[in-house]
Amino acid sequence: MAGLATVFGSGAMTNSMPEIENNDLLFVIGSNTTETHPIIGLKMKKAFRKGAKLIVADPRKIDLVRFADLWLRQRPGTDVALLNSIMHVILREGLEDTEFINTWTDDFESFRGSLAEFTPETGERITGVPKEKIIQAALLYGNAERPGIYYTMGITQHTHGTENVYAIANLALMTGNLGKESTGVNPLRGQNNVQGATDMGCTPNMYPGYQRVDVPAVKEKFEREWNVRLSEKVGLTATEMLQAITNGSLKAMYIMGENPVLSDPDMGHTIKALKELDLLVVQDIFMTETAELADVVLPAASFAEKDGTFTNTERRVQRVRRAVNSPGEAKRDSAIIAELSRLFGYDMTYHSDEAVFREIGRLWPATAGISYRRIRKIGVQWPCPTPDHPGTQYLFKGGFPRGKGRFTAVSYRPSAEVPDNEYPYILSTGRQLFQYHTGTMTRKTSAIETVAPGPYVEMNDEDAQGLAVEDGQKVRVSSRRGSIEVSAHVSEKTLRGMVFIPFHFKEAAANVLTNPATDPVCSIPEFKVCAVKIESL
Amino acid sequence: MAQSDETKKKVVVRVCIGTGGLAAGGKEVIEAFKKAISDFCVDIELDFTCHYQKVGCRGFCARDVLVDVVDGDTSVTYQGIKPDIAKRIVQEHLINGQPVKEWLIDDSYYSFHSKQMKVLLKDCGTIDPEDIQAYSKVGGYTGIRKILSTMTPEDVIAEIKASGIRGRGGAGFPTGVKWEACRKAQGDVKYIVCNADEGDPGAFMDRSIIEGNPHSVIEGMMIAAYAIGAGLGYVYIRAEYPAAVERLKLAIAQAHETGHLGKGLFGSDFSFDLRIKLGAGAFVCGEETALIASIEGERGMPRAKPPFPVHRGLWGRPTVINNVETLSNIPYIIRNGASWYSSIGTDKSKGTKVFALTGKIRNTGLIEVPMGIRLGEIIYDIGGGIIGDKKFKAVQLGGPSGGCIPDHLLDTPVTYEDIVRTGAIVGSGGMVVLDETDCMVNIAKFFLEFTQAESCGKCVPCRIGTKRLLEILDRITRGLGKEGDIELLEALCSDIKVASLCGLGQTAPNPVLSTLKYFRHEYEAHIKDKKCPAKACKDLLIYSILEDICKGCGVCKRACPAGAISGDKKKPHKINADLCIRCGACFDVCKFNSVNRE
Amino acid sequence: MIKLMIDGKTLSVPDGTTVLDAARRFHINIPTLCHHPKLTPFGGCRLCLVEIKGIPRPVTSCTTPAAEGMEVTTTSPNLESLRKTVLELILSDHPNDCMICERAGDCTLQELAYFYGIRKNRFSGERRTYSKRDGNPFIERDMEKCILCGRCVKVCDEVEGVAAIDFAYRGFKSKICPPYEKDLNCEFCGQCVAVCPTGALTGKAWKQRGRQKDVREVDTTCAYCGCGCSLTLHVQGNEVIRVTSREDTLNEGWLCVKGRFGYNFINSPERLKKPLIRKDGKLEEASWETALDYVAGRLKDVRDKYGPNAIAGLSSARCTNEENYLFQKFIRGVIGTNNVDHCARY
Repeated sequence: MAGLATVFGSGAMTNSMPEIENNDLLFVIGSNTTETHPIIGLKMKKAFRKGAKLIVADPRKIDLVRFADLWLRQRPGTDVALLNSIMHVILREGLEDTEFINTWTDDFESFRGSLAEFTPETGERITGVPKEKIIQAALLYGNAERPGIYYTMGITQHTHGTENVYAIANLALMTGNLGKESTGVNPLRGQNNVQGATDMGCTPNMYPGYQRVDVPAVKEKFEREWNVRLSEKVGLTATEMLQAITNGSLKAMYIMGENPVLSDPDMGHTIKALKELDLLVVQDIFMTETAELADVVLPAASFAEKDGTFTNTERRVQRVRRAVNSPGEAKRDSAIIAELSRLFGYDMTYHSDEAVFREIGRLWPATAGISYRRIRKIGVQWPCPTPDHPGTQYLFKGGFPRGKGRFTAVSYRPSAEVPDNEYPYILSTGRQLFQYHTGTMTRKTSAIETVAPGPYVEMNDEDAQGLAVEDGQKVRVSSRRGSIEVSAHVSEKTLRGMVFIPFHFKEAAANVLTNPATDPVCSIPEFKVCAVKIESL
Repeated sequence: MAQSDETKKKVVVRVCIGTGGLAAGGKEVIEAFKKAISDFCVDIELDFTCHYQKVGCRGFCARDVLVDVVDGDTSVTYQGIKPDIAKRIVQEHLINGQPVKEWLIDDSYYSFHSKQMKVLLKDCGTIDPEDIQAYSKVGGYTGIRKILSTMTPEDVIAEIKASGIRGRGGAGFPTGVKWEACRKAQGDVKYIVCNADEGDPGAFMDRSIIEGNPHSVIEGMMIAAYAIGAGLGYVYIRAEYPAAVERLKLAIAQAHETGHLGKGLFGSDFSFDLRIKLGAGAFVCGEETALIASIEGERGMPRAKPPFPVHRGLWGRPTVINNVETLSNIPYIIRNGASWYSSIGTDKSKGTKVFALTGKIRNTGLIEVPMGIRLGEIIYDIGGGIIGDKKFKAVQLGGPSGGCIPDHLLDTPVTYEDIVRTGAIVGSGGMVVLDETDCMVNIAKFFLEFTQAESCGKCVPCRIGTKRLLEILDRITRGLGKEGDIELLEALCSDIKVASLCGLGQTAPNPVLSTLKYFRHEYEAHIKDKKCPAKACKDLLIYSILEDICKGCGVCKRACPAGAISGDKKKPHKINADLCIRCGACFDVCKFNSVNRE
Repeated sequence: MIKLMIDGKTLSVPDGTTVLDAARRFHINIPTLCHHPKLTPFGGCRLCLVEIKGIPRPVTSCTTPAAEGMEVTTTSPNLESLRKTVLELILSDHPNDCMICERAGDCTLQELAYFYGIRKNRFSGERRTYSKRDGNPFIERDMEKCILCGRCVKVCDEVEGVAAIDFAYRGFKSKICPPYEKDLNCEFCGQCVAVCPTGALTGKAWKQRGRQKDVREVDTTCAYCGCGCSLTLHVQGNEVIRVTSREDTLNEGWLCVKGRFGYNFINSPERLKKPLIRKDGKLEEASWETALDYVAGRLKDVRDKYGPNAIAGLSSARCTNEENYLFQKFIRGVIGTNNVDHCARY
């Protein structure tokens, strides 16, 4: 998100879900959309039925490849090279949008120079994608009327994730494919309210509404509204928190509804760090792997037991309604926070959930026009500053928040940990259709457990043959950080030299293996590339 | 000194290798002739050279294998030839010049042909279907050359309209009008499809044409393609016609090799190519929208019309679908002119029609008659009447979509309008003759069994409605019919006709309705009297032994598989009705006609 | 726009509208079983037959495009009698066990039988019988109740792009099944269940958990991925017994396997029900008062000893906007640090 925010001044999907079906070209890169965002996948399929073309760039033969006109099978971690060489061809063919570049962007000339070395031949050498396909992709995207780019963690979960995002943004900027209906750049957010949590300022450098904590005027505004003194010091990111525990500066953590033991890279390190804390409070609906380490566990309410709003990946604020009572003494998270706050002598009681929402609107004008009444049936997309504003279907119509879109020259650099003789395979982790995240919710449904019962490693059939590994056989996968035993799913789905493990399963947690190296700008760990070895058991 | 082969006279042995001919041993007969000739060559020097010609169906399938021996101007035809007879014919006829009398065709062969008018079948049965030159020699591909050099597509459509030809697939829609609609339809890509999914029980017209003269179909498709603006054609043909498929493949390959298919044909800028799509044996795929679905790789299920295929057909493009016989007519119309064609037939039904004549008739086979001929002429003059001199009861036209025409309507001329007026349809050309031993309820049941099994299952009236019709018919033939069943049949038939999606369902009740129309008394006899007048419904028969005739020979007792017959030797026997399974074995074996069946 | 007349009313509809859609726009009801507004027309059930002036036989309104000047009649004694015949035929091959059927009260066939008052059926005969074995864990397939409307086949192909099922066999034996009649093995999105007009397809988890009566429906938003699909929770007592989605929402009524079938966690017996405090290395139950006092006390200790920046909060992408807002407000305003983050990066 930070990448897009740097380029455009705002980081979110530029378009809405209903617009997907009117794309005439979809460029899906680093997103297994039909499994991770099934309903957005359906909108894409609707576009294909209406005649849209599809480019898929993914090292795995994901389900979308069935529908693709062009499949670019790049080596994991080489997206910048792929995108740069596509842009090289776009310039060579004169498919850039000069008028848009002149009117709406900065720094084009220096950026243009940065592409010179990325000939299709260079692209092929780095990515493994044949140059003909790179040229074909450039022509398809460059000539499309309403192209949409879609990406998820396949782009961002790299040590150069921000650079990947810059490259995507450059591609859209140079072709003028922004600020129009069904045309834009769309990062698909992975969790139901990850957009909302970011919007609400659950980030160490921003207050609600992307207002910086280190800007005095902003701080004062929040101090007035909240009637407290606030710190102007930027806080720690989640990954930095774990490091801070290790170096002794962080002593207590309050974790609400997260399971970092399973979801963070290098699980051994995570557990070790959390155990070092003086105080760990975990508030959750289940006894998660993280809660098991806690000093205090607070039972919370599930989404079916509370009122409020979620904001989905297209910035749409939607209602959540209470359907049942919480079991036992479990309480709504807001009630727990308010109670705790009271013990600190600060009154955080509201007479309704909507009162909280109205307070957000006062501090962040982009949601000021939204009320529970307005979204009782269908949600509204922010920005929506006034009650008569219809909400914003797509961003950047007639300009960018930061004035102009900025080109950022990026160069290819390899991932932090690349395969070598000892650890010869690239491991990517991710999700599959049936399970969700750390499995806390989905693994409670027995039917889902029947079809997706446990961990596995997907490996290429030729690699498997070389290792004499058969489909269904147990193997040991090891990295420099640890090792797990899983059964092998052998197929042509993954690229040669690459393996894939879903991270849902605690019994063989993929994050035992992953590398905690992060992107320097966003602190996103490199879940998509680390080096492992496979041993037949 | 030996005569050189070039100077010797040529004798041609022409053998039918249509599916009928093949089944009767056509290929083996040719081999037998070849062997006989080479055997004789060892001992004597022949004063002739023998050439073999494989030809398509000559119509008189009842007498296969038919063999012509052509020696100069004289041609002698043999019937019912088996491989072991070849040697005799070679020795007696070819070498000694004396035709083998006992195998010569008889008079019925001539009367079979007397009232026919062969246009399509003229070349079918005389030319080698596996040789494109043979077709060219009899004027083939002159039609397409003619239109490419002298006619616009509109001229062609005008010519076809003027000829008055109507679709031979069954419904009789004017071909020229269909072409014109497709020509005018919006779209840069159009298709011509040949419907060779001939599926009516007992019909083999289209198969015989493709087996006997495949190039006439190809040329017809080319002319149609030129007229409507198509560059690609599909032949949708059932996989159960292996000989036809092979010959069509060969014909297409030869047409490619000789520049009759491909780009820039005959020096024009017209290009045309053909693909074969094999049907997988579903009757409903003969319905044009189901056929389209099947070519597209979908399950063969009909789609609602409108839109009609001429506007939105194959892959959503304007498409003309014509039947084999229709397309095969086209080259002859172009070659001989519309006025020649329209001079044949009646006011509204032009040209000739090919029928597959089968059933209880002496001369079964493939016939071609001018439109307007009377049904009686076909049955008695061409068909030679009923086998065993039994009484004629009805003739069934149009297969499962058609109906039965009774004795008193045999004067009906064969035209689209007149036949429809009787409750039947001309159909694609199946003509099944029924005699007095055929039960009309049973006939209706037979066709309903067929349509029910072949219903695609998409629409309710056809899927469940025909099932219920069949169940009612079934209980009637088993003596379990109820008061009100006839009325229920009529009500259901009329609703199925109106409410069904495609032609299959809409016409499925016709066999019931037409038999009800002319043979209602047979239905009533089954329901009220529990009797089958034709003595065909086994459950309704009662067998008894006439005591005054029975000699007590015991043959029936031994033949009875159910042990239902008892009696002492030389004394009249008895049938125990409770044990009798009504198989009729006693009836068949009794030499004294003492077993009574009623 | 096209002007046409339906039942004497002159209506204007956009080009390309079918007669059925035109009638529905103006609240003229034409019965159908196979039509679904989000799927291409099928034309199989034949209930939506209408008469159009100038066309000799009735046509299905779901497949016929409206045309300028068309005069349509949607009801007449003849049409109603045809519809009744069609319904009688369907019911003659249907278990008619509404008494124990999962979909009773929510079944289009049942509704139509009711409106057409089909008490006596002129038709009877063989019924299809199938063994009900299907090892898939999500979808109950009772093919005897299937009326072959084809909706499930279409939704699986046209919307889901999976095509896990299709028509097989012919005639009365026609049947919808996976290839080679194996057990269903697909993405289990349950779109087929959502569009089935009868009790042929239902959720296994719903079985005998409650029908429409006494069920409270609560509209909310899905708690899994970022698509934000609208859900309708069917609640009986204090239990979520079924999840559906309304068609007039962003996700058009479509859901995935998790949204539709993955709701068992809500009523899971493993849910945390009491606060727990670690004592002698073990987590033991405590009252809310004790637990919160303990948390507040320990947090104050740390803050007093090491300063507010020794405390950090991790918020949740699972929780609502309001809760996330309050959480960061608590960490920033009450604890006094900007050490707050969430899992946006994973």
